[in-house]
Amino acid sequence: MDKIEFLTEKAAQIRRDLLKMIVNAGTGHTAGSLSNTDIMTVLFYEVMDIKVDDPDWDDRDRFILSKGHSVESYYTILADKGYFDKEELNTFCQYKSRLIGHPNNKVPGVEMNTGALGHGLAIAAGMAKAAKMSKKNYKVYTLMGDGELAEGSVWEAALAASHFKLDNLVGIIDRNNLQITDNTEKVMGLEPLAEKWKSFGWEIIEVDGHNYQELINAFTKSSEIKGRPTLILANTIKGKGVSFMENKAEWHHGLPSEEELAQALEELSSKGEVI
Amino acid sequence: MSKTANKKVVCEKLIEYGKKDRDIVALTSDSRGSASMTDFGNQLPDQLVEVGIAEQNIVGMAAGLAASGKKPFITSYAAFVTMRAIEQVKVDVAYSNVNVKIIGISGGVSYGPLGMSHHALHDIAVMRAIPNIKMIMPADRYDTEKLMEELVNYEGPVYVRVGRNAVEEVHQSADYEFEIGKADQLSGGSDLTIIATGELVSTALKAAELLEEDDLDCRVINMHTLKPIDEKAIIKAAEETGKIITVEEHSVYGGLGSAVSQVVAENHPVPVKVFAIPDEPAVTGYPEDIFKEYGLTPSNIAEKAKEMFD
Ligand SMILES: Cc1ncc(C[n+]2csc(CCOP(=O)(O)OP(=O)(O)O)c2C)c(N)n1
Ligand SMILES: [Mg+2]
Repeated sequence: MDKIEFLTEKAAQIRRDLLKMIVNAGTGHTAGSLSNTDIMTVLFYEVMDIKVDDPDWDDRDRFILSKGHSVESYYTILADKGYFDKEELNTFCQYKSRLIGHPNNKVPGVEMNTGALGHGLAIAAGMAKAAKMSKKNYKVYTLMGDGELAEGSVWEAALAASHFKLDNLVGIIDRNNLQITDNTEKVMGLEPLAEKWKSFGWEIIEVDGHNYQELINAFTKSSEIKGRPTLILANTIKGKGVSFMENKAEWHHGLPSEEELAQALEELSSKGEVI
Repeated sequence: MSKTANKKVVCEKLIEYGKKDRDIVALTSDSRGSASMTDFGNQLPDQLVEVGIAEQNIVGMAAGLAASGKKPFITSYAAFVTMRAIEQVKVDVAYSNVNVKIIGISGGVSYGPLGMSHHALHDIAVMRAIPNIKMIMPADRYDTEKLMEELVNYEGPVYVRVGRNAVEEVHQSADYEFEIGKADQLSGGSDLTIIATGELVSTALKAAELLEEDDLDCRVINMHTLKPIDEKAIIKAAEETGKIITVEEHSVYGGLGSAVSQVVAENHPVPVKVFAIPDEPAVTGYPEDIFKEYGLTPSNIAEKAKEMFD
């Protein structure tokens, strides 16, 4: 199986697993996780240098899920990688489970607690700065939502990352054009978005956030950029992979019924038929 | 007892008053659905300012709107608007003393499973330490209705916390007096006083019912206004009942229990027992699970109350 086939299969499986987890829990942020599943699958199975049996390995690449509400895709991937037992996914959001509704650094593989939007980029910039200061080679990745970009703290960190020439930092924007209320351009316009980041001193790479090859190429290219941070502007579809959820704001934290879950799983199984 | 979410009442009342007074402006931060404010947006689109996911900006803009003659009501997540934006609250709203009303939604552990980032268990402590701003936690829909009426008629900064879920009514009808800063005594009693605030007032009432079975006659006070707190009612309770219990959905530090203890200690020392969330990231789970974990239940409160008589 080649790389792309593997990622296609893997992402479909992650989507199925996270939907089952959400329905089992009776709660979850559904569409945002589906939106960034491909990005995170590429990061965790192809790009990042990490050791599952040594989650705190000093030289590991770091990942911060700034859009913490998409934790379902994160936990599902971490369990699949073997950071913890998949069975534990059944405890998602339950009383006293460590798999709470946002990233929890009591879970192996999770670096930092997130959930309040607009924090990830600054944390990631701090980690990247630390690598520079101690002459380490690890890279730092952070995934942000597009609605999240209305938080001023994002832009404070964007300034700093550029100022400190953090070329070991990669910001990724899950550009699905939706937030809870509506389309981002109706709620609080972001465009021209690429130009904004460019004017802050970032290298911009725009990709189809569901195209594995484009994502891989973008991450590879980011490693070659020197003297400035890279921003991967990933154009995505919120709810990707489940026809009735795609591009629908109401699926932000919509909970599928058993029938809807069955339909979703069926749609997602046909995508993964490559093996 | 029927149940209504207080945030729904906030929206209904804002629509009612917004239609009469076009200077009333609601502000949302991608919080319209969560705040049940969608109807307001549909009916009064020209009086809604949506700022996106930007809690600092929502407070700063509200201050500017107020300073320019508008009557802004912020409806945003309690966890973020009282933390992320606290400097804007302190400086732009409270210090400049402008007419901004902040409705913090999904307060306390409404978002129980989502973790500490989404819990708002600090807001009484934070708000009480800032001069000029009042803080109120309505207990039920009647409180919320009356409070909204007071808010439109009052000029100055006020922070209100409501929860996400439907809450039981603690009043039989709207036939009672509601005044900001004045305690609302729900039942008379001479053995013990339970002072509660917000959506746990109903729990306090149930605890009092349990105690009645043991012939303990409880006074129950709905302390909807945390600041300015009704010191007279607290002192009177200390003098007349000799024992006080406080119940709140807040950290044990700096909340209702702290406020009541201070008044009691300074004026008429009697035993006080505080029921609140201990100093740790609250366990996660649904609100009922969390309340149970920390003994914020009628049976536990009643049991501990009885021990005060040993
Ligand atoms: C500081 C803060 N404010 C508000 C929220 C509530 N919230 C959670 S998700 C969300 C919308 C996020 O939209 P976006 O960033 O576009 O993410 P996506 O579309 O990928 O789900 C909001 C407002 C929050 N988690 N943190
Ligand atoms: Mg989005």
